[in-house]
Amino acid sequence: MLEVRALEKSYGAKQAVRGVSFTVEKGTVLGFLGPNGAGKSTTMRMIAGVLEPDAGDALIDGRSILSDRRAAQAALGYLPEGAPLYEDMTPPEFLRFLAEARALPRNQRASAVDRSIADARILTVCHQRIGDLSKGYRRRVGLAGAILHDPPVLVLDEPTDGLDPNQKRAVRALIARMAPTKAIVISTHTLTEVPAMCHRAVLIDRGRIIADDTPAGLARKSEDGTLEGAFSRLTDQVEDETQ
Amino acid sequence: MKDFLTRQMSGFSATYRRELAAYFATPMAYVFLAVFLLALGLFTWEAGRFFDTGVADLQPFFAWHPWLYMIFLPALAMRLWADERASGTDELLLSLPIGIPGLVLGKLLAAWTVAAAGLMLTAPMWVSVNFLGNPDNTAIALTYFVSLLMAGAYLSIGAAVSALTGSQVAAFVISVVIAFVFTAAGWPLVLSSVQSLFGTGFADLVARFSFITQFEGAQRGVLELRAVAYFAGFTATFVYLNCLWASRQRLG
Repeated sequence: MLEVRALEKSYGAKQAVRGVSFTVEKGTVLGFLGPNGAGKSTTMRMIAGVLEPDAGDALIDGRSILSDRRAAQAALGYLPEGAPLYEDMTPPEFLRFLAEARALPRNQRASAVDRSIADARILTVCHQRIGDLSKGYRRRVGLAGAILHDPPVLVLDEPTDGLDPNQKRAVRALIARMAPTKAIVISTHTLTEVPAMCHRAVLIDRGRIIADDTPAGLARKSEDGTLEGAFSRLTDQVEDETQ
Repeated sequence: MKDFLTRQMSGFSATYRRELAAYFATPMAYVFLAVFLLALGLFTWEAGRFFDTGVADLQPFFAWHPWLYMIFLPALAMRLWADERASGTDELLLSLPIGIPGLVLGKLLAAWTVAAAGLMLTAPMWVSVNFLGNPDNTAIALTYFVSLLMAGAYLSIGAAVSALTGSQVAAFVISVVIAFVFTAAGWPLVLSSVQSLFGTGFADLVARFSFITQFEGAQRGVLELRAVAYFAGFTATFVYLNCLWASRQRLG
């Protein structure tokens, strides 16, 4: 479904991502973990075709993001970090814009918009400008945009960041509902929600994958048996090596 | 070939409609139209002495177009790309399966439509001269047409620079400077100093690249293919630069 092959990206002299590879099958929710600046967002941007990789490739539903970008992007739902949206539009206007830009067949646009509004539970705010919505609703409008065309692969950059516990639960429930039929990658640094949400966890630090396991397996790598322990032990270890 | 064009232009109509709606969703378009019309009226009557010429034509009105476009159209275009960058929505756009040329032209055409609306709202001026005398209406229609083309050229500067800088204020200032260079190059004041410095031949060359020079024929009601080709070519050049500068974002 999603195959990431040795992606690399440098910004000037700084190597942000150095050879990240993983595969996500349908029905899997992969948690993409790592400290700030580890290269999570850069990797996700490259998968989404927003950023050109220096080397490597990503296949979305078998289509290369490099040689067949538009077909690959058509099969991908992407939520950028911070869920940027057009503030002057209402949610339905925004979704209709996406439907048209994605060239969904004309007779399916209205039903796709209605379905994603229902799935993201934003019906009650449909008459408001996006700029006037709370953070939680804005994130859900962004999610509605990502699932609008019912893509087989979803890449969500920090979908629950900055939300209150109720909103987090709503987003987690939405992801769980979609999980059986899609390959989903979620980045987060809220480790507590990983076991509840993800089947697999990939830990990345300084542009490299340092662990790829189930959340339980990852937790066993620590002394105290928690994900947090594993997270700090593994990322500290890399720090020691580079010093 | 047709396939290639369809792919490149995908997203054009969605972008055009979204941008046009964005102009009118905020006070942006209304403020632009109001101030533009006010300034145009003021210059035509006060500085251009519309009534004192004693001739029923729109000469004093059209003469101000390049100068007002130079200031107003970069203001209209500055948000096109810089605003996306500031709010992060450029990332959303780049993740859509659409072509950069479709995006660029959709945005430019939306701004152009607002400018066209401004020109259309000057129609009362045209109606007035018909009450006052018998102007050459074909000539006036033609001047309007070339003026609209020229507006596209000014807007293409602003849109391209907006994609380059990513900041609205910087985009506005740089666009006005570029627009000033291409406008003032045909100004007698500038031309005479160029002539004394570099000779007549060079001054002619400079003048040929000026919007004012290219617009002169149209103001007399003459449709010059040269001027039409100039404005179309100028716009195409900046649209091309705009595509380059917008896709540069992908390189990080």
